[in-house]
Amino acid sequence: MKSNENQSITPLKVIYTGLILTGILVAIALVSLSLGPAKISIKDVFAWVTGYRPVDQTAWMILFKIRLPRILLAGLVGFTLSLGGVVFQALLRNPLAEPFILGVSSGAAVGAIIGIFFGLGFTFGVPLLSFMGALFTILLVMGISSRHGGLESSTLLLTGVIVNAFFTAVIMFFISTTSDSRLHSMLFWLYGDLSQSKYVQLSISLPIILIVSGIIYVFSRHLNLIVGGEESALQMGVEVESLKWISFLGISLITGIVVSFSGIIGFVGLIVPHLMRMCLGADHRLLIPASALGGAVFLIAADTLARTIISPSELPVGVITAFLGAPFFIYLLKVRGSQWTQS
Amino acid sequence: MDSELILKGVYFAYDSQWCLEGIDFELQKGEILGMIGPNGSGKSTLLKIIDGLLKIDKGEIFLLNKPLSSYKRGDIARRIAMVPQESTFRFPFSVSEVVLMGRFPHLGLFPFERKEDLEIAQQSMDLTGTLDLATRSIYELSGGEKQRVLIARALTQRAQIILLDEPTSFLDIRHKVDIFELISSLARAQGLSVIIVSHDISLAAQYCHRMVLLNKGSVFKTGEPAEVITADNISTVYQCPVLVDKNPISKTPRVTILSKNHYSATKSPRHK
Repeated sequence: MKSNENQSITPLKVIYTGLILTGILVAIALVSLSLGPAKISIKDVFAWVTGYRPVDQTAWMILFKIRLPRILLAGLVGFTLSLGGVVFQALLRNPLAEPFILGVSSGAAVGAIIGIFFGLGFTFGVPLLSFMGALFTILLVMGISSRHGGLESSTLLLTGVIVNAFFTAVIMFFISTTSDSRLHSMLFWLYGDLSQSKYVQLSISLPIILIVSGIIYVFSRHLNLIVGGEESALQMGVEVESLKWISFLGISLITGIVVSFSGIIGFVGLIVPHLMRMCLGADHRLLIPASALGGAVFLIAADTLARTIISPSELPVGVITAFLGAPFFIYLLKVRGSQWTQS
Repeated sequence: MDSELILKGVYFAYDSQWCLEGIDFELQKGEILGMIGPNGSGKSTLLKIIDGLLKIDKGEIFLLNKPLSSYKRGDIARRIAMVPQESTFRFPFSVSEVVLMGRFPHLGLFPFERKEDLEIAQQSMDLTGTLDLATRSIYELSGGEKQRVLIARALTQRAQIILLDEPTSFLDIRHKVDIFELISSLARAQGLSVIIVSHDISLAAQYCHRMVLLNKGSVFKTGEPAEVITADNISTVYQCPVLVDKNPISKTPRVTILSKNHYSATKSPRHK
């Protein structure tokens, strides 16, 4: 008889993994704080963070007012997009799903582009319009796909693709009719831009994201069963339809919130869940927290590169995630593709 | 009443079209009941109805002497398990993780398996010969292995009744026999009651205690295999010429499908 060890996920395993990833997260955040055009040594950063020794006025401004909010927002955006990716992959039983697949991002983009077009500010105006665009898209896509109170996955996907195509046309229309510095802002927004990070954005989005993640985590066991087929999940007692409504709405809501602050950062929601699944297996009780934390680590690292690699100038962070993500994904497709494409 | 399951005059309509009309039958403890019938005769619908996944329009169903409608979803899941025809996992769940999913209806609010859950899963894997596969990824398995894993998951549910929807459709003959042998030994050893939908009529006839022949949403004939599987019954229901004789070894009915040419040859006076 084989032993029972490693057969199942235990609370301890989840906690250990969570602690290790949180440790990596803190470490990468500290390193990221020290990096930038102004040189601040990691020693000074550590002393400041632990309250052991204060830094001078300029360094404090750079660390607290510029770098820290950006790092925190990058972490939160990565957390959310990666969580969204895991959940959408499970619900749609599609390894290629990511949180933007239902068109949330293109709806948010239309809102943001209109906001930039009319010269609104990046703290409230653009995010608000962007979030309204995201919300409108979610309700539109889910409304079209709902039949007899149920959501059919392939209809959802198709509707998402079509809504995406339509909004891309709207975006192109606005881009074509803009020529001044607003064009630069629009293009940066479309590729993900964390340079406008503010604490107020964090304080609005953090509580909502934590609540939604908590609710999703309660259903992690149910998501395991859905991966094996909606009907057998139903047979085992999973309320499949209500779970789909709650999860699609919840994830789209928090995705809409972070996208309205960060712009469209691709690949995070695709790459991180797959990487975690390769390392830790497919059980969502472990995979969900690991992906969310891993997403935060990944995006903080990517954004640090984005703001330092061609310093003092900056890249949109989406360029970095795509640059790292696309080759990695091709590798995955080569190695694992046969498993994804089997009928 | 000591039947595990009783259906009385069950009617079910889908989009105002009768799908099942007046279904009656019983399932005894430890019995293997074979359900046969052409495509679209209502076999899969009937399994879903028995599992409480579809609400009937008329009639009564009793599960362990209580109306099925009085059970909650979780209560049904602890008494009836379903083995699907095929199941595609696109993510790398290990075999033992899939088998452990059978504990879902028993876990309640605490989201992690306890020691006894692991032991039950272990036993199920032992009974189905899947212990060696425990750490393998579910999508590396062959069709026959995957079916055994799904049966192990059903056993882990600790249900008294197991419903199998064409579990042998995609398997070669050796693996078809393996699945029937497994089910038969489980019914004997564990006292499980089984309803198995199958298109392998002759094979099912060797293992099933009784059979139900469905035709266009009604029970055409029910009884022991030899009563149900006659040339008249089968060719009428399936609208296809067949020859039924006795399997010389098992003495159970054996169906031979005839091509149209040979059929007319047997009917022609020269051969009489």
